[in-house]
Amino acid sequence: MTQTTFTPTTEEELSDIIASASAPFDIVGGGTRHTPAGHQRLSTAGLSGVRLYEPGALTLVAGAGTTMAEINALLADNGQRLPFEPMDHRAVLGTSGEPTLGGMVALNHCGPRRVQAGSARDMLLGLRFVDGSGRIVKNGGRVMKNVTGYDIARLHCGARGKLGVMTEISLKVLPLPERTATMALAEPSPIAAVAALSKALGSPFEVNGAAWHQGRILLRIEGFNDSVSYRADQLSRLLPGLTLVDENPWDDLRDARFAATSDRDIWRVSLRASNGAKAAERLMGMGVDVTLDWGGALLWASTDNGFDLRSALGGLHGHATRLRGAGDTPALEPAADGVAQLTSALQKAYDPRGLFNR
Amino acid sequence: MDMPIPSAEILSRRADHIAALKSVVPADRVIEDVIGLRAYECDALTAYRCTPLAVVLPCNTEEVAAVLKLCHDRGIPVVPRGAGTSLAGGSLPTADAVVVGVARLTDVLEVDYDDRIMRIQTGRTNLSVTAAIEEDGWFYAPDPSSQLACAISGNIGMNSGGAHCLKYGVTVNNLLGLRMVLMDGTIIDLGGAHMDAGDIDLLPVVCGAEGQLSIVTEATLRILPKPEGARPVMVAFGSSAVAGACVSDIIKAGIVPVAIEFMDRPCIEACEAFAKAGYPDCEALLIIEVEGSDREIDHQLALIREIAERHNPDEIRESRSADESARIWLGRKSAFGAMGQINDYMCLDGTIPVSELPYVLERIGELSKEYGLGVANVFHAGDGNMHPLILFDANKPGDLQRCEAMGADILRLCIEVGGCLTGEHGVGIEKRDLMHAQFNAQDLEAQMIVKDVFDPKWLLNAAKVFPLDASEARRA
Repeated sequence: MTQTTFTPTTEEELSDIIASASAPFDIVGGGTRHTPAGHQRLSTAGLSGVRLYEPGALTLVAGAGTTMAEINALLADNGQRLPFEPMDHRAVLGTSGEPTLGGMVALNHCGPRRVQAGSARDMLLGLRFVDGSGRIVKNGGRVMKNVTGYDIARLHCGARGKLGVMTEISLKVLPLPERTATMALAEPSPIAAVAALSKALGSPFEVNGAAWHQGRILLRIEGFNDSVSYRADQLSRLLPGLTLVDENPWDDLRDARFAATSDRDIWRVSLRASNGAKAAERLMGMGVDVTLDWGGALLWASTDNGFDLRSALGGLHGHATRLRGAGDTPALEPAADGVAQLTSALQKAYDPRGLFNR
Repeated sequence: MDMPIPSAEILSRRADHIAALKSVVPADRVIEDVIGLRAYECDALTAYRCTPLAVVLPCNTEEVAAVLKLCHDRGIPVVPRGAGTSLAGGSLPTADAVVVGVARLTDVLEVDYDDRIMRIQTGRTNLSVTAAIEEDGWFYAPDPSSQLACAISGNIGMNSGGAHCLKYGVTVNNLLGLRMVLMDGTIIDLGGAHMDAGDIDLLPVVCGAEGQLSIVTEATLRILPKPEGARPVMVAFGSSAVAGACVSDIIKAGIVPVAIEFMDRPCIEACEAFAKAGYPDCEALLIIEVEGSDREIDHQLALIREIAERHNPDEIRESRSADESARIWLGRKSAFGAMGQINDYMCLDGTIPVSELPYVLERIGELSKEYGLGVANVFHAGDGNMHPLILFDANKPGDLQRCEAMGADILRLCIEVGGCLTGEHGVGIEKRDLMHAQFNAQDLEAQMIVKDVFDPKWLLNAAKVFPLDASEARRA
């Protein structure tokens, strides 16, 4: 049967829908990032549009339902971008539709540039949202430095809509570089690869992509034309054999497209960089396909269906998310007891009736 | 400035409470004598003082937990304290409160250049964090002006920034993990040496909560390799509005300098008299710093010069050596000291959209005339974080009150143009009652329910951040 879909166009309307609800919602933006649980749908499509864009102040404010396509096009026209490289999940999850700003914040997106520019959380300036009691809330603002009151805006980054429905989002943006260059070096061992990546990331040459994929080290440098040439030269001295290549592997790495074509489970693992190397070595011995990003601090694993990756990692990881596939274990890493208690109490405080994304 | 009336019941049992503190931590951790307590009666907002019930300086996380649990069970308020450099009164005690300071927690626990992290105890000062790694070519990016004295615990409490955050971000962007103690004594670890959280991330709300949610005892920090070099250029303008337009043009051109600092005439003159840095005689001054190799710096400075020249500057002074760089920074870095020498002053911290700079400066000039108090402006122009210094005479009756009223007007102006009350100093008690101007009741409620979760009895630093009337029911 088809589910009811609510598409409010104002915060007040959204507040009324939530306040009078008696059953849970699936909050849906573009529907590209997760499979809804089958509840009635609460769409942010009516809460869209760019509200303010000041290139000279590096500031963008837009409705949560605004598509990433619209945002990216507007920024590119002005020589700017979202520097944290938000992932597009359509390839790995086989979804269609247009990803939205709200979904991006809800999953705290980022890509290879995480090592330099952080994630959505790091560029978030402010938020408007409606919580589970129908309360319309603003937090943060549109300015780059703001410590006025608690930063509950950033609480929504990665919360997957469990604390409320975002309506408006302010972000810091950055200029596009004059030139982007990629360098590569063959290296079969993940241990040696991460050691080399650490060397590059520990240099002053502002490496902003550092991956190990299909037996190669990949580095990215960006900036003014002349700067990029200089840094490429310096990096090739630091890592003999490293050369400029005329390819762009970064969008594939960002979206984990290399894992999309098979029907294996896909895991995203966040861990200490040096543990990334150890984990890669261990998993490869177990028949798992591994790619490392963030200098080793992000591990992508394609495994046989139902493989218990967390047990295989044996405590080497910070957290592991099963992005695709099913199994007896939860998709998200369970938090330690104390943290789990605080988190569930917070969820209850913002969503006392359990309406959101359960 | 109102503070809650201290509990007569707690005050009357003072000796018993102190004995109990000494039973859960070694006696030398506890300060109870009048002279010893005096050092803790205020922070850098010295206009407000109150002697606390007692002070405890624990030597490890477990001792912090023991003290908090005891105070929790006895219903005694606790005020956390780092180095006591808050300009907002973040560690101002009440008479019935126990101050818990992290000053003895100063160890570096781990440095790992391969993983680009450093784990420290939070009583360590900001500058000594970088000092521990700079010989190896590394640094910790957030650099508040008080970095010589301020502790990382306070940086986390206020989510501190600094001059270089235009490029490197503020504390929350450079903090990967922490160990903290809740008011009931529970020890919690958040994050770690990995870069993000798998689900709801509590770390960014703890950072900037002004010590109201927990006492943070250890932190895992992101550290960075030092740039090859850095050099500033100084540009003098005939008006503040033109200087503001120049900042916007630089950013629009795709250049993100590591710092853009602004000073107006009153500030330039005071600095000149104090530090004799040889600043030009002008209405407004920008100091713009870029980083990289010599060649990269030359290139960026040339681009900046080209943009600046379109705005008809009085003078452009490019640094060609470390000595010249130091001279350019000298005045700016001594600005607060220079102002302090000629007057008492109150330092504000509002942030505004960069595009509103000319209007806001003009309005501040008008307010200065209305109140009859001088104002000097010095601030981080790249990110709109203003630091107007209002000059007053503490010995003149009524001057402090007039200064506070004018400060409140300036902060309301910041909010009016789309900005906020505080960019990096925090709310504390100083801006607590102005929170109503920025937030409505629902906005405040949505923040206070976080405190309900972490500290249900509202014992930890409870009289700060939220207007007393808004938090009254919870504190009762």
